Amino acid sequence: MSAFWQGWITVLTVLNILACFWLIRWTIKKRAGEAAQGEVTGHVWDETLEEYNNPLPRWWLYLFYGTLIFAAVYLTLYPGIWKGVLGWSSHGSQYEAEMAKAKAKYDPIYQQYAKVPVAALATKPEYKEAREMGKRLFLTYCMQCHQSDASGARGFPNLTDNDWLYGGKPEDIVKTIADGRTSIGMPAHAQLGDEKVHKLAQYVLSLSGRASDKAAAEEGKNLFMTVGCAGCHGPDAKGNPALGAPNLTDNIWLYGGSPKTIEKTIRDGRKGVMPAHKKLLGEEKIHLLAAYVYSLSHK
Amino acid sequence: MSHEVVEKNVGLMMVLILIVVSIGGLVEIVPLFFMADTTEPAPGVHKYDALALEGRDIYIREGCYVCHSQMIRPFRAETERYGHYSVAGEFVYDHPFQWGSKRTGPDLARVGGRYSDDWHFAHLYNPRDVVPESNMPAFTWLFDNKLDGKDTAAKMKALNTVIAATCPKCELYTEEEMANAQKAVAGKTEAEAVVHYLQGLGLASKQW
Repeated sequence: MSAFWQGWITVLTVLNILACFWLIRWTIKKRAGEAAQGEVTGHVWDETLEEYNNPLPRWWLYLFYGTLIFAAVYLTLYPGIWKGVLGWSSHGSQYEAEMAKAKAKYDPIYQQYAKVPVAALATKPEYKEAREMGKRLFLTYCMQCHQSDASGARGFPNLTDNDWLYGGKPEDIVKTIADGRTSIGMPAHAQLGDEKVHKLAQYVLSLSGRASDKAAAEEGKNLFMTVGCAGCHGPDAKGNPALGAPNLTDNIWLYGGSPKTIEKTIRDGRKGVMPAHKKLLGEEKIHLLAAYVYSLSHK
Repeated sequence: MSHEVVEKNVGLMMVLILIVVSIGGLVEIVPLFFMADTTEPAPGVHKYDALALEGRDIYIREGCYVCHSQMIRPFRAETERYGHYSVAGEFVYDHPFQWGSKRTGPDLARVGGRYSDDWHFAHLYNPRDVVPESNMPAFTWLFDNKLDGKDTAAKMKALNTVIAATCPKCELYTEEEMANAQKAVAGKTEAEAVVHYLQGLGLASKQW
């Protein structure tokens, strides 16, 4: 704040307090010709309404002085007309102090677990507390998409089934949480036409042993190899974690596995995004989160 | 001058009352009009593009602010959950601001980039599809209503007036942006506009 505005605030505030004091003293002062205390003042309204000259109630008067004293004490201690004896500020000292206190308390715990590999935290009985912490973090930051039991929702992967789009090794999970995953996505294939999409869907169904039209699936297989599906999902349709391309043979469906939904996926494409959390959470919390996630499929 | 003089002269009493009641505003409000913190955009904060502007108006129309605040206070409990606390310079383009005063749902000041677009669409269509515990209403009509963008340029022009008056260093909408505004939003669903708006909330704070 510029010196001018600081001065503006200081002068107005101080004058205001002094004026309040002056006002109360000035109104208390006895004037010549004034009616004695307890007498009527001589003012008459509406024919019979008269006014007594009674002093202010003492309790009220002392409260008024009290507010003036409060103002002076407050402005001495807290920022207002100057920075204040206490040096208090809402997002300076108070917030920083709160954060520092939490840091002193929690950092040693996080650091102690940061040294332990994710897989050990996830599985060893002595690290139950780490998993509990990971769970609390999960319920704050992750459950909105993956559900509170981590079973996922349509379009948001189930984290308990040990089926992974981007790999399920501890370092893969850490990377997924920290940097996010912006998949190139499943491109739309509407240009193939409904018939070919149908055949492809039948083939995809057959891959996981689901009921499918054999002839259509056979033609779908040729299409799968030629129109580009194999490029991401692999010739064996087992997927590619480097691209986030799912395994199509395991009967686990991110967007739903009904023939209609599979056709929609092929026709319109899909594009799942896992947002990055490194900036918000930091490495140590991500470490615990990864351990909790890993533990869900490694009991 | 005695008490009686003040009581018997309505004009004089009005002037004195005005002086007394204006002190608070003069001390607490007027300086804010001239402080960099409140009149300059925080680093990385930019004006809303055409689609975000429309999305913001839908956000206001649907009363999102009734249940969602956009104001993160400098408490650890809030910054741990949401991210950096809110600063005044973030709201220079917000007319009216969407601080809200009640959190039935979470604060949204840092929601940009927190979830995927897909999540927002699923969640707006039926919140319980992604968060079974949610008590947020579904906003299905946002997916049917399409924007025509007829008023977008006029909104930008109106905002220019307010922004120019309150924030000398702010970006204003250019003639070109106003000319292209309708094209930028026409045909988009209201849901797309809202999600676009939400995905931009608090992005600047990620670089602080």
